[in-house]
Amino acid sequence: MSDFRNRIAVLDYGMGNLHSAAKALEHVALDSHVVVTSDPMEVDRADRVVFPGVGAIRDCMAEIRRAGFDQAVARAIKEKPVLAICVGMQALVTSSEENDGVACLDLLPGKVRYFGSDLRDQDGERLKVPHMGWNRVHQTIDHPLWHGIEQGTRFYFVHSYYVDVDDQSLVAGRCEYGQSFAAALAEGNLFAVQFHPEKSHTAGLRLLSNFIQWDGSL
Amino acid sequence: MSGLAKRIIPCLDVDAGRVVKGVKFVDIRDAGDPVEVARRYDAEGADEITFLDITASHEQRDTTLHTVENIASEVFIPLTVGGGVRTLEDIRALLRAGADKVGINSAAVKKPEFVKHAADKFGSQCIVVAIDAKQVSTDDGAARWEIFTHGGREPTGIDAVAWAKQMADYGAGEILLTSMDRDGTKNGFDLVLTRAVCSEVCIPVIASGGVGNLQHLVDGVLEGGADAVLAASIFHFAEYSIQDAKNYMAERGVEVR
Repeated sequence: MSDFRNRIAVLDYGMGNLHSAAKALEHVALDSHVVVTSDPMEVDRADRVVFPGVGAIRDCMAEIRRAGFDQAVARAIKEKPVLAICVGMQALVTSSEENDGVACLDLLPGKVRYFGSDLRDQDGERLKVPHMGWNRVHQTIDHPLWHGIEQGTRFYFVHSYYVDVDDQSLVAGRCEYGQSFAAALAEGNLFAVQFHPEKSHTAGLRLLSNFIQWDGSL
Repeated sequence: MSGLAKRIIPCLDVDAGRVVKGVKFVDIRDAGDPVEVARRYDAEGADEITFLDITASHEQRDTTLHTVENIASEVFIPLTVGGGVRTLEDIRALLRAGADKVGINSAAVKKPEFVKHAADKFGSQCIVVAIDAKQVSTDDGAARWEIFTHGGREPTGIDAVAWAKQMADYGAGEILLTSMDRDGTKNGFDLVLTRAVCSEVCIPVIASGGVGNLQHLVDGVLEGGADAVLAASIFHFAEYSIQDAKNYMAERGVEVR
């Protein structure tokens, strides 16, 4: 048993800056204990899990497997609240087009696709890739993690690939960038976001705070 | 309209842990404290913050890391840190301290492959290549810009537009484009340079150098084609707040957060 009522494990598999996620959680997690960990056992022990990710998917997947987080995440999403962020969200589906094709965790059937080098908006204006900056998220379902966050609120994105799930009913929020793509997914205990709540100011902190209080039900 | 907001990025020039611009103009107590200034910008609605470490001595890196750490613990918007980034270890240390992106300038000019290695290692999303460009005269009279290093003193002979393209190909996630001709003049961005780079690269471009009023920010986006605009003095001197800038831009048809 843990001494803390609310033990949050932030998965650290050696890729880039996972510390901003931990810092933002600490900021909103008053009576919680945030543990940045590279130990799958900590994931089993935690009350809730944050699965961040930045960088190239091939390296991320290699490090996730090497750390033993693949099994730990598969176990966690069955029994406790899990928040996956950016490449963490992408890692959940079947495979990614990035790095000439990479097998992912296959916990949700779907593919990670490239925005394309000739992405354009409705007016035919060329759009930059990566999709970098603050864009509107349209909440497509009512969910505890959206509570207190206005419809159409902007979150901070930085990515060149997006998740295309087979079962569109898993989509919890959408964003427009040349096309409509899944900004958030929800299934049972799992909530996944393509944007960075830890970098999305007030709305992002609210989402993290909602996650900390979420019991995993709808 | 893509829905993506154009970003307004205040820049802190920091020397040995103190903001160097604006010292005389802001309340003395908090004048040069980068954490205080960053917090103010965050509260005013800045979309990101850029922290430029102009500390001359490499021994003071620890001060920089400490400051970055303090900002990152309180400010929950993207933070880019540039200045003196020479090795993968420098990048790792900054990311660990809480930077989200790292700006690379002279080290890229010295060894372009450094950008490739950095992007491979940490991902393109956190690699910003900072370009200091100056217009040079040509025989045919066409505008051409060259990369300068060491605060605009050292010419390199490298064409700025071609360089931006090469850096994008090498995995840079973003270009921070500063006109050395305009920097500090308050005469507005070099819009021809901005337009030239923006139309050549497919990654986001931040326009920098020369902002003296809010119309300059609008021009950077609408005429220069920039994805983001960076300014230091107009915000430091509290001539305008970030919110003033956003209101002004929104009224002129620029999508802002």
